[in-house]
Amino acid sequence: MGKTLIEKIISENVGRDVASGEIVLVRPDIAFVQDGTGPLMINEFQNMQFKEIKAHKTFLFCDHAFPSPRKELSNTQKQMFKFAEKYNSKIFYACEGISHQIIYENYAVPGNIITGADSHTCSLGCLGCLATGMGSTDVAIAFGLGKVWMKVPETIKVKLEKTLKTGVTAKDVILCFIGKIGADGAIYKALEFTGSFIKNTTMEERFTLCNMAVECGAKTGIVPPDEITLKFLKERNREVDISSLTPDENAEYSQMIEIDVSEIEPVVACPHRVDNIKKVKELDKVKVDQVFIGTCTNGRISDLRMAAEVIKRQKKSSWVKFIVVPASKEVYKQAIKEGLIDIFLDFGAMVLPPGCGPCVGTHEGVLADGEVALSTQNRNFKGRMGNPNSEIYLASPLTAAASAITGYITDPREFL
Amino acid sequence: MILKGRVWKFGDSISTDDITPGRFFHLRSNLPELAKHTLEDVREDFAKNVKKNDIIVAGKNFGLGSSREHAARVFKVLGVSCIIAKSFARIFFRNCINIGMPLIELKEVDKINDGDILEIELENGIIKNQTSSESYKFLQLPTFVLNIVKHGGIEEVIRKFGNIEV
Ligand code: SF4
Repeated sequence: MGKTLIEKIISENVGRDVASGEIVLVRPDIAFVQDGTGPLMINEFQNMQFKEIKAHKTFLFCDHAFPSPRKELSNTQKQMFKFAEKYNSKIFYACEGISHQIIYENYAVPGNIITGADSHTCSLGCLGCLATGMGSTDVAIAFGLGKVWMKVPETIKVKLEKTLKTGVTAKDVILCFIGKIGADGAIYKALEFTGSFIKNTTMEERFTLCNMAVECGAKTGIVPPDEITLKFLKERNREVDISSLTPDENAEYSQMIEIDVSEIEPVVACPHRVDNIKKVKELDKVKVDQVFIGTCTNGRISDLRMAAEVIKRQKKSSWVKFIVVPASKEVYKQAIKEGLIDIFLDFGAMVLPPGCGPCVGTHEGVLADGEVALSTQNRNFKGRMGNPNSEIYLASPLTAAASAITGYITDPREFL
Repeated sequence: MILKGRVWKFGDSISTDDITPGRFFHLRSNLPELAKHTLEDVREDFAKNVKKNDIIVAGKNFGLGSSREHAARVFKVLGVSCIIAKSFARIFFRNCINIGMPLIELKEVDKINDGDILEIELENGIIKNQTSSESYKFLQLPTFVLNIVKHGGIEEVIRKFGNIEV
C-alpha cells in the first residue's frame, strides 16, 4: 500500500514504516512555545525534573502580549527569558514577530516535524512539514526528552482546481472550505492540499491555507513541496532534497474533496463560528467599528500590499478604528521599503509593532461592548478579542481594507 | 476505575475561549484564580457551584480552538472527574489525557440531562445513568492513552519511568 506524505514523513522520522492509526514516538526537528503557553511549559519541564534540552531546535517566542500590558505577564515573560538563558534556548524578545512567521522565514524545511505549543503551528505545512499544535506539557516533553507521542493521522485530499476571480483570495478559499466541511469536519485528520490552483499559488497563499487547517479540527494541513517551495528555500539558503517528499499515487486517503476555486466569491465568517460562512454581498448592512489587518493568517507582505492597493487614494470611514500589524519584523521592514506603511498612516491606520496584536484579546485593541470587528485573523469565537459582548467577522485583507473605507462590510471589487 | 457524579450539560462547539477566555491571559500562571472564571460567558454559575467528582457532558467538538492547556487544567482544579462529549477537538483531547483527565466519546449524549447522576465504569466502557436508569456503552481509549490516564497523567509517567514508551 502506498503512503500519504504525512505517513512518509513520520516513517522517515521513526525509522520504520508506519500507517495511519498507529501511535508512535517522533523526534521533533523544532519545538517551541509562546508567551501564553511558555510559562506552563517551564513549570512542567521543572516538574518532570528535566536537566537539559534534548530537542534539536527549541524556541521561545514573546508574540502574544508583548511588550507586556500588565505586570503578571511581564513576570512570566521574564521567567521565559531566564529559562532560555539557563538552558541555552533561543528567545524572541523584541517584537520580532509571530512564532509561525519567524519559523517560516528562517528555520523550517520540508520533511521537518514541528511541535509548537500554539494551535496554528499547522501553518508550517505550507513548507511540506508535519507541523502540529500541542499543549505545554507535550512541548515540555519535546524539550526535555526530545520526543513526543503522536497518532499517525488519516489524510483528507483537498483538490483545489482552476484560478481565482479578481477580488478573491486564498483566505476566501479556506473560509469556504471550512464552511463546507464544518468546524469539526477534519478532527484528528491531516489535510493535503493539491490541484491546479495549488500548483500556481505563492508560498504566502499556501501559508494562509495551512494556517486555518486547525479551524476544521485538522491535526495539520500540508502542501507537498514543489518548485515553488524550492525557489523560496533557495532565496533563503535553506535548500534541501525534496525528492522523497511526494505522496504515493496509490496512497490511501480517508476522503477526497474537490473545489473549483473559480466559483468562489469574497466571503466572511460570521459570529461566533469560523464555519458560519456568508458571501460579503449578503452582509453590506453590517456596520463595523474596528478593522484589523494582520496575524499569522494574513499579516504577510502580500496581504499588506493587497490592502494598500485598495485604500490608497481613498478616505477612511470616520468611525472605524483601523489597526495594521505586520506578522514579523522582516514584513515590517519590507512594507516600509515599499512605502506601504506611509499609505496606511496617511489613510488613518494605527500601525503596531509585529506580533499577534489584538488577535487574542489581551491588549492593543480590545473591543467595547456591542462593537463589531472585521478582522483578517482566523478565529471569531465569542470573546476572542477580549469582550464577550462584541462580535467578530473574519475576511480577507481585501475585504477588510474595503470595509475600512466605507465603515460597513464591503465587497472589495467595488474598489479594484 | 469507577467515577460517579452530577452532570453539567453543555452544547456543541464549546471553545477554549469559552472555557478560559483570553481576557484572563494574565491569570494563566495562577490556575486557582483562572479556574474561578471557567466557562463564565457560557454559564455564569458553573465555576461557583461545580462540586468534586462532577461530570461535564457536551456536544460536538468540545474544546476547539487554541492549544492553551489551562483549559484542560481548570477542570481538574475544580474537581471535575470526567468529560463526556460527542467529539473532542484534538489538542484539547491530548491536553486532558496528559493531565490524567478521563475523556469519553459518546453518541448518546442527547439522552443525558443536566443534573443527572452518572456512574462510569471506565475499564468496562459502561455509563449508568442513575437518574433515568438507562445505560450506555462507549469505546475505550487506546491502551497507551488509557495507561497515561491511569497513572494520573504523563508527568507522573515520566517522573516514575524517566521516559515514555508506546
Ligand atoms: S496571530 Fe492570533 S492566531 Fe496567530 S499565533 Fe498570534 S494569537 Fe494565535
